[in-house]
Amino acid sequence: MEQLIQQIASGLASGAIYALLALALVMIFTATDHLNFAQGEMAMFSTYVCWQLIQLGVPFWPALGLTIVFSFILGLSIERIILRPLHGSPILSIVVVFIGLLAIFHSLAGSIWSHTIKTFPSPFPNVSFAGSGYIGAHQIGMIAVSLIMLFALFAFFRFTPLGLAMRAAAQNPVSARLVGVRVDWMLALGWGLAASIGAVAGAMVAPVVYLEPNMMASILLYGFAGALVGGISSPGGAVFGGFLVGVLENLVAYFGNLTEKAFGIYIVGNGEKLTVALIIVIAILTLKPAGLFGRTTVKRV
Amino acid sequence: MTALLEIGGLKAYYGATQALHGLAFSLDKGGITTLLGANGAGKTTTLRAICGMVRREGTIRFDGQPIDTMATEDIVRLGVAHVPEGRGTFVGLSVEENLKIASYGRRDKTHVPRDLELVFTYFPRLKERIHQQAGTLSGGEQQMLAIARALMLGPRLMLLDEPSFGLAPLIVQEIFHIMRRINEEEGVSMLLVEQNAALALDLADNAYVLETGNVVMAGPAADIRNDEGIRKSYLGY
Repeated sequence: MEQLIQQIASGLASGAIYALLALALVMIFTATDHLNFAQGEMAMFSTYVCWQLIQLGVPFWPALGLTIVFSFILGLSIERIILRPLHGSPILSIVVVFIGLLAIFHSLAGSIWSHTIKTFPSPFPNVSFAGSGYIGAHQIGMIAVSLIMLFALFAFFRFTPLGLAMRAAAQNPVSARLVGVRVDWMLALGWGLAASIGAVAGAMVAPVVYLEPNMMASILLYGFAGALVGGISSPGGAVFGGFLVGVLENLVAYFGNLTEKAFGIYIVGNGEKLTVALIIVIAILTLKPAGLFGRTTVKRV
Repeated sequence: MTALLEIGGLKAYYGATQALHGLAFSLDKGGITTLLGANGAGKTTTLRAICGMVRREGTIRFDGQPIDTMATEDIVRLGVAHVPEGRGTFVGLSVEENLKIASYGRRDKTHVPRDLELVFTYFPRLKERIHQQAGTLSGGEQQMLAIARALMLGPRLMLLDEPSFGLAPLIVQEIFHIMRRINEEEGVSMLLVEQNAALALDLADNAYVLETGNVVMAGPAADIRNDEGIRKSYLGY
């Protein structure tokens, strides 16, 4: 039982990271109908920037703050400079650009900071407290930071005029223009925000998975899965999906180990976490193609 | 007196297809003008061209200022409110958010609460539905919301594209009555595109009749309404 709680808790911790990444994906998807394949590599690159700042002697939180600002400008510039001229071009050209960005950030990080694995400091003190048998301090911190981030974003979109304008621009760009919203800039802001969210996710997960150019590859995959399960058109759904995938993958391994102990037959274990999690994702999508909370778009013809 | 809207040699294109061929007309301050004509005459395109929603050539002046190269957002911010065909409601946002978004581009946000109150005096039904998702409103209410949203922009000119479309006659009457009141009480000039010519001519002061992208008839609405020849050949009633 204790082990089960432990598995769920650590599932929630990694789920928080998947949720952040899923949200970053959804933010760009709802505005443009594009899935940004480079989201993970951008987050990885931001994490390196954060690491560099820490190496230069900047304390963790100010370094993270600077990294968020840097990532915001990076995301905004990518939209304005690279994607803006491609506005209205076929989907394949845009996919190629995303893959190009992925490759660029990957090799750029490798050539600047080398491919060797680096440790990344955790900002959370390693203290023991009630319940610390179940979950580490860093994991709690991960969940807390992610939740703060999610609530801040929720408040931004729900209560500020700029957030409302961004939602309107994503929902109906033509009408948004007709009420004076600069839709192009809203897209760029969305990219900036998505990159910032990715930066936070990267800095939170780096102490766990270590810093290297491939660190975000599997995390992005889980993020995709989370976004799809929850519904790629629903920010709240994507967050829930992220947590769900995180918990699922741990439970799969846990029950796999349990059956192995009980019957001596190996069915699934740690190695098959990703496989089984993705099978579950496919199963959910087969039953509910729009995801658990997604809306099916109905078009009048 | 300068015209509020002056259009000369206006051409508009959808891709390679030309929809307007040198349209010219002008609109005085204060009144309601209607653009009439059959399907495909270029009525909707004219409104879209004014707002920069289609590729266009020619001169468009709003209150003396050329707007023919400006972006839609900037034209809107000058005081041109377009109520688009099909209403363009943000269906996923609440009624309140649909209205508030219209004040987004305005520098001076102090009169937003006052404007909201004003809008609700014209459309009390929207006040009852303020927290409802706009997509759940009836067609008539959505049309009201679209006009109310345009009013929130604090416009000098309102472009209305088929406000009667798909609505029951009684609701249309109600909405047209409110439009007249807004025109008179708020001093908002209106350019109205309507399929239903009889209805539009009853409301409007002036009328232009379009045929395949050209003005073929212009004059006071009453004259056109009373001219049986025009009615039969162009307006079909």
